[in-house]
Amino acid sequence: MSLHIQDLHATLEDGTEILKGVTLDIPQGEVHAIMGPNGSGKSTLSKVIAGNEGYVVTAGTVTLDGAEIFGMSTDERSRAGIFLAFQYPSEVPGVSNANFIRAALQARLPKGVDIDAVAYYKNLYAKMDLLEMDRKFTARAVNEGFSGGEKKRNEILQMMMLEPKYCILDETDSGLDIDALKIVAKGVNAMRSPERGMLLITHYQRLLDYIKPDHVHVMAEGRIVRSGGPELAHELEKYGYDFLKEAAFA
Amino acid sequence: MTTTAPQTPAIFPAWFAARQHEAWERYLATPAPKRGDETWRFSNLKQLDFAGFVRGADVSPTQAADLISRSSGLENTVAKFVFVNDELAHSESKLPKGVICLPLAEALVSHSDLVAAHFMQQETRLGSAKFAALHEASVSNGLFIHIGDNVEIEGTIEVHHWISGSNVLIFPHTLVVTGKNSKVRVIDIFRSADDISPGVAIAFNDLSAGPNSQLDYVAIQAFNEVTRVIQINETSTARDSSAKGFVLNTGASWARNESLSRLEGAGSRSDMLSVSVPAREQEYDQRTFQHHVSEGAYSDLLYKNSLYDNSKTIFSGLIFVDRNAHHTDAYQTCRNLLMSDTCEANSMPGLEINADQVKCSHGSTSSQIHDEEIFYLRARGIDPVSARQLIARGFSVQVVERLGDDATEELILQFIDDKFAHIDTTDP
Repeated sequence: MSLHIQDLHATLEDGTEILKGVTLDIPQGEVHAIMGPNGSGKSTLSKVIAGNEGYVVTAGTVTLDGAEIFGMSTDERSRAGIFLAFQYPSEVPGVSNANFIRAALQARLPKGVDIDAVAYYKNLYAKMDLLEMDRKFTARAVNEGFSGGEKKRNEILQMMMLEPKYCILDETDSGLDIDALKIVAKGVNAMRSPERGMLLITHYQRLLDYIKPDHVHVMAEGRIVRSGGPELAHELEKYGYDFLKEAAFA
Repeated sequence: MTTTAPQTPAIFPAWFAARQHEAWERYLATPAPKRGDETWRFSNLKQLDFAGFVRGADVSPTQAADLISRSSGLENTVAKFVFVNDELAHSESKLPKGVICLPLAEALVSHSDLVAAHFMQQETRLGSAKFAALHEASVSNGLFIHIGDNVEIEGTIEVHHWISGSNVLIFPHTLVVTGKNSKVRVIDIFRSADDISPGVAIAFNDLSAGPNSQLDYVAIQAFNEVTRVIQINETSTARDSSAKGFVLNTGASWARNESLSRLEGAGSRSDMLSVSVPAREQEYDQRTFQHHVSEGAYSDLLYKNSLYDNSKTIFSGLIFVDRNAHHTDAYQTCRNLLMSDTCEANSMPGLEINADQVKCSHGSTSSQIHDEEIFYLRARGIDPVSARQLIARGFSVQVVERLGDDATEELILQFIDDKFAHIDTTDP
C-alpha cells in the first residue's frame, strides 16, 4: 500500500516542462521529505498529484494503493484519501471554518447521511486544542485575515479532521516562527500512523528537526537527484544545494 | 387599472382622500420613463407595462388560511402580520405599551394625525415618481409602526405580503417611525401564492429614524418568477440615529429597487445593504441615493449580486453631499459575482461632493470565481458544483452578517439557500 509516483512528467499549459521524470514511492507508515532549491518542481509535484488543472501530465503515472489517480478529478482524489496542505491556502470569504470543514466531511458521506453535529464539534474542538487554536477560528471565514502562521495551522486542522491516507505538505514551514512551527509539527506528528503516508516538501532542514522523516529526497530541475536517510537533510544544510547538484551530476 | 382613479374608502380621513386624489392627478401628469432618461439607463422599459393587472379580488377563507400557514419566517416574533392582496388576513402582537403597530387602514382612522405627519413625506427622485404617485393614489393598507420615545423592542416585527390570483396588482406599504432613543426591527417578506400566476407589486417603505434611535429594516423579495416589482425605499435619519436597510432579491422576473437615504442629523448613520441572486432571465435594477444633508453623518452602502445564467443587474448609486454637510463619511460598494458567461452586470457608481473635509469612496467590481479558489475547495473533496455554491453563498453572507442579528441572518440565508437549490448550477 503506497502512494506511488512513476516517471512523472508534467508541463505548464504553455508547454514548459517542470517535472522531468519523477519516481517516488511513499508507503503507508512512512514519512518522506523532499527538499530542493526554488524552482526545482517540488510544489508542482504536489499540485499535479492533487489534480491542479494548471498543469498537463505528459507521461508517467501516480497510483494510490494501486489505483491510477489521473482519471480522477481533484475532489475525487481528495475523497480517495489524498490531502494537500497548501503553501498558499486560499481565502474563502463568508464561509466559516467550521462550515467549510463540515462541507468537506459531508462530501465524504453517502447522500442523505448527515454529519452528527455534536460529535463533529467535539472532534473539531479537540483538534483545535491540540493545535492551540482559539475557538473563535470556527466562526471566522476560512483563512480570511489569518496570519501566515494561522493559515498553516488551519491547513493542519483540516488535515487532522479529514484523516487522509496520504498527506502532502507543501512548504508548511514557510512563514512560521519557531513556536508556530513546533505546534504545526505537533499536529503532523500526531497524524503519523502505520496506516498513513506523508510527504513533506520543504526548502529548509529546520522542519525536519521537529518532524523526523524516514527518507529524504532531493529534487533539482524536475527530478529526484538523490535519496537517503534523515542524515541527507543535515548534509544539505551543511553544504548547500550546489554541492549536491555537483555530486549528482558529476 | 392605470386608467381609472382608485376610490378612497369613505372611512379614511379627508386629508388622505385629498392626498390620493392629488396623487392620481400627479400620476396622470407625470410622463412615463422613456429611453434616454438617466434614471432608467440600461433599464428594460418594457417591464413597465402593467396593463391588464388589477387590484386583488377577495381570497376565500381556505386560501387565506393556507397562506397564513405558509407565512413562515422567524421562530420568534414580537408581532406578525399577514396581508393577502393588501388585505389583512392575520395579525398577532406581543408589543409593549408605547408602540403603535397597526394595519395602515386602521391607523388612518385611529391615528390620523400621526400618519399624516409621516406618510410619504419625501420626494421620489430616483426615477419612479410616476409609480410612487400611483402607489400613493392606490394604497389601501400596509403597516404603520410608531415606536414611542425610549421604547426598545427586543425582537422583530414580521410582515408577510402575498399575491394570490392571476394578474393581481398590490401596493404594499410599510411606514416605520421611531421616537427618541428607541429601537425596532421590521421584516417584510414578499411572496406569491403559486409559481405560475403573474403579478405586480408597487411597494413603498418609509423609514423615519428619530433621534438616537435604531431602526433596522429588511425586505425579502421572493415573488414567483412571473411577477414584477417596483420597491421604493425612503429612509431618513435624525441626529445620532442609525438606520439599516437590507434588500434581498431572489424572486420576480423583474425587480426595480430605489433606495434613498437622507442623513438629516449629525452623528446619524445609514447602512444600505442588498443581496441579489438573479438566475435564468431575471433582471434586477437597483438605484440608490445617499443624501448627506447634515454634517458629520455616516453612510455605508454594500450591494452584492451573484448572477447566474442569462440574468442581468443594474446598479446606479450616487453619494450626494450637500454644501454644509462637512465631515461626511460616505461609502458605496457594489460587487458582482459572475457565475455564468452570459450574465450581465452594469454598475454606475457616482459621487457629488459640495462640502469640505469629507471622506467618500465608491467602487464597483465584477469578477468570476478564480480557478485557484475552486481548486482549494476541490482539494478538500468538495465537488465543483458545491464548491461554487459555497463560494457564492459566502459572497452573500458577508453582507447578511452586517445585520448583526443571528435569527434574521439565518432567515435571509434560508431564502438564499432556497434560491440556490433552484438554480441549475451545472453551468461552469
